This record gives sequence, structure tokens and C-alpha cells, in this order.
Amino acid sequence: MAQFTLPANSVVKPGKSFAAPASAKNIKVFKVYRYEPDSGENPRVDSYEVDMDTCGPMVLDALIKIKNEIDPTLTFRRSCREGICGSCSMNIDGLNTLACIKAIADIKGDVKVYPLPHMEVVKDLVPDLTNFYAQYASIKPWMQTDTPPPPDRERLQSKEDREKLEGLEECILCACCSTSCPSYWWNSDRYLGPAALLAAYRWIADSRDEATGERLDELEDPFKLYRCHTIMNCTQACPKNLNPAKAIAEIKKLIVKRRN
Amino acid sequence: MSLRTPLSQAKGLGSAKEGAHHWWAQRLTSVALVPLTLWLIFTLASWGEVSYVDAIEWMQSPIVAVGLALLVIVMFYHVQLGIQVIVEDYVHGWLKIVSLVLLNFACISLAFIGLFSIIKVSL
Repeated sequence: MAQFTLPANSVVKPGKSFAAPASAKNIKVFKVYRYEPDSGENPRVDSYEVDMDTCGPMVLDALIKIKNEIDPTLTFRRSCREGICGSCSMNIDGLNTLACIKAIADIKGDVKVYPLPHMEVVKDLVPDLTNFYAQYASIKPWMQTDTPPPPDRERLQSKEDREKLEGLEECILCACCSTSCPSYWWNSDRYLGPAALLAAYRWIADSRDEATGERLDELEDPFKLYRCHTIMNCTQACPKNLNPAKAIAEIKKLIVKRRN
Repeated sequence: MSLRTPLSQAKGLGSAKEGAHHWWAQRLTSVALVPLTLWLIFTLASWGEVSYVDAIEWMQSPIVAVGLALLVIVMFYHVQLGIQVIVEDYVHGWLKIVSLVLLNFACISLAFIGLFSIIKVSL
């Protein structure tokens, strides 16, 4: 059965509190999930008071400030700090998003920062994305063709056909969508999840690709594709404002289309 | 512990190459249930005081009897398809197979009880 309660060693306990310096006037409290599997201790939520007068505007700015100035043991992924690398995806204020483009000012009250939901935690805010990446690899995210490319130039694509890839090719694989999906929580061992399915549709929709039929064959499966019940959390969560739910619906429509 | 690669685990047993029929049938039955259930609800609601004999007579019309039979068939097919999805979502292992078998037995039995009752009353 699906597990609806946390195992005893996953129950989150209250953690430490770090007060801001007395000179701070504009304080925001960050409640951050902390977990270190090697310690054998339960996860906890640490509370950090951050002086907003000396902090950048985004949640990632605050996390970096906490790591640099308050608690160097805090662990999280980050790289580009401008919403293009997809490293700093986490659950902020109850919604999966990128810490680097989530404005602190948009959050009322304390800022709650958790790792992406229902994933194994490597440490603190770092989830294990091994299966997520393997699922992406399994949909063969590259162009497949039988026709050799023209000897003198690249494969051509009309402007109209290129426009069909808008809203698909911008995915940065941050995993915000897949880890927001209840179907993915219960069946991520077999359900590909919105991110991999969006990527699959990106190649199905590509006019230059010649493996559309094989791609649909691979997806037509009660678990790989049809665990999607149009819950739409994926589309709500996507920090790049893409619409994985629509891409999945397009795949389902094409599979019906080739039958009828 | 498994030394299988993550890609091997993600691919699993491969595609079953089915699921489209289930998906399409679920939508088809839900569309069919809209007129069928509305028809039954509005008919029963418009009756007011109707005697037992009048109700039996109503059911003996071929159109009504076929309508009721269609409702029973489509409804239990839709119930079976819907609950199958819930079971596949939440139940895993041997319990899943047992649940799905019992679900099919129950839906088919209930549908046949309904059909037999309609035939018995309307003939």
C-alpha cells in the first residue's frame, strides 16, 4: 500500500534557533529542513533570523547568507542564481520552485524551506535525483532519424514547426513538477512523471525527428504515461511557467489519434 | 541491494503497449453516462405518486428496458475502470492483483444481477 504516515526515523523534530545580531531591525525568520542521514538522528527544522537590510531579495540570497554568515553546515544545491540551471529547486512556502527566482517579499510570515517532496534526502535540501535523471534518459532525449543529414548543411526546420517547440524546450529539469505530482509520489518507480513526459513530447513534436511512432509505443503504458490523472500540480509548480499537463494530454491525444 | 544501473531500473519491464483503450473507454463511458443518468433521474423525479403497477408497466416498454440495461452496463463498466485506477495508484504487490480480481468479479456480478432484474421485470 501507499504509505501515508512518515516512518519513525523521518518524523521532523524541532531544531536549533539562530538569533539575528542585536543591531538588525528588519528581521525575517527562515525555517529550514535539516537532515544528515549519517548522524542517525531524525530530521529537524532549524530557525534562522536573517537581517533583511543586508540580504538580497531572493530566497537563495538568504540561504547563501545563512551558509556564509550563520551556519556553514547548511547544505543545498545552487549554481546560476538566475533560474536557468535548475539546481536550487526546493519546496518554499509549500510550493516547489527555484530558490533563486522566488522573492522573499512574496512570502507572508516565516519562510519555510524544505527539500523537494517525497524524494530520498542526501543531506538537508539536497534530494537524490538519480531515478529522475534515469527516467529522463529512458525517453531518449535526442533526435532519432533514419534519413542521413544533408551533406552540406544542418537539418532544416520551418519557422512554424520550430514554434511548436515553444513551451517544451525551455525545461531545465529542476524536478519541481515531477516531485509536486501525487501520482509520482506513489508510483515514481514506474510512472515517468511530468518532466520526463514533457521532454518526450518535446521530441514527438519535433518536425525533424523520425521516431515518433516508436516514442509513442514506448510511452503507451498504464504506468509510464497513464498514471497522469490531470491533477495539474506540475503546471502550477513549474518555475519556468511551462505546461507539462498539456504536453501529457497531447501525447494521450496522439495515441488515441493513431488508433481511430 | 541491487547493482542494476539507474537506467535499467527506470526502464523496468518496458512498455506494456496498452492503456489507451482503458483511457478512451473511461472517457466514452463518462460521456454516455451523462444522458443516461439525467434521463433516469428526471423520469423518477417527474413521477410524483405512481403505483407499483404503473412502474412495472413503464419498465416493460422496450425503449425504457434497453435504456435501463445500457445504464447498468455502462455504469458498472465505468465503475470497474475507475476503481481499477485507484487500486493501481495506491495498492502494490500481491494485494493489487487480489483487489483487481475481486473488483472485476464484483462489477461483472452486480451488472448481471441488474440486467437479469430488468429482464425479469420487463418481460
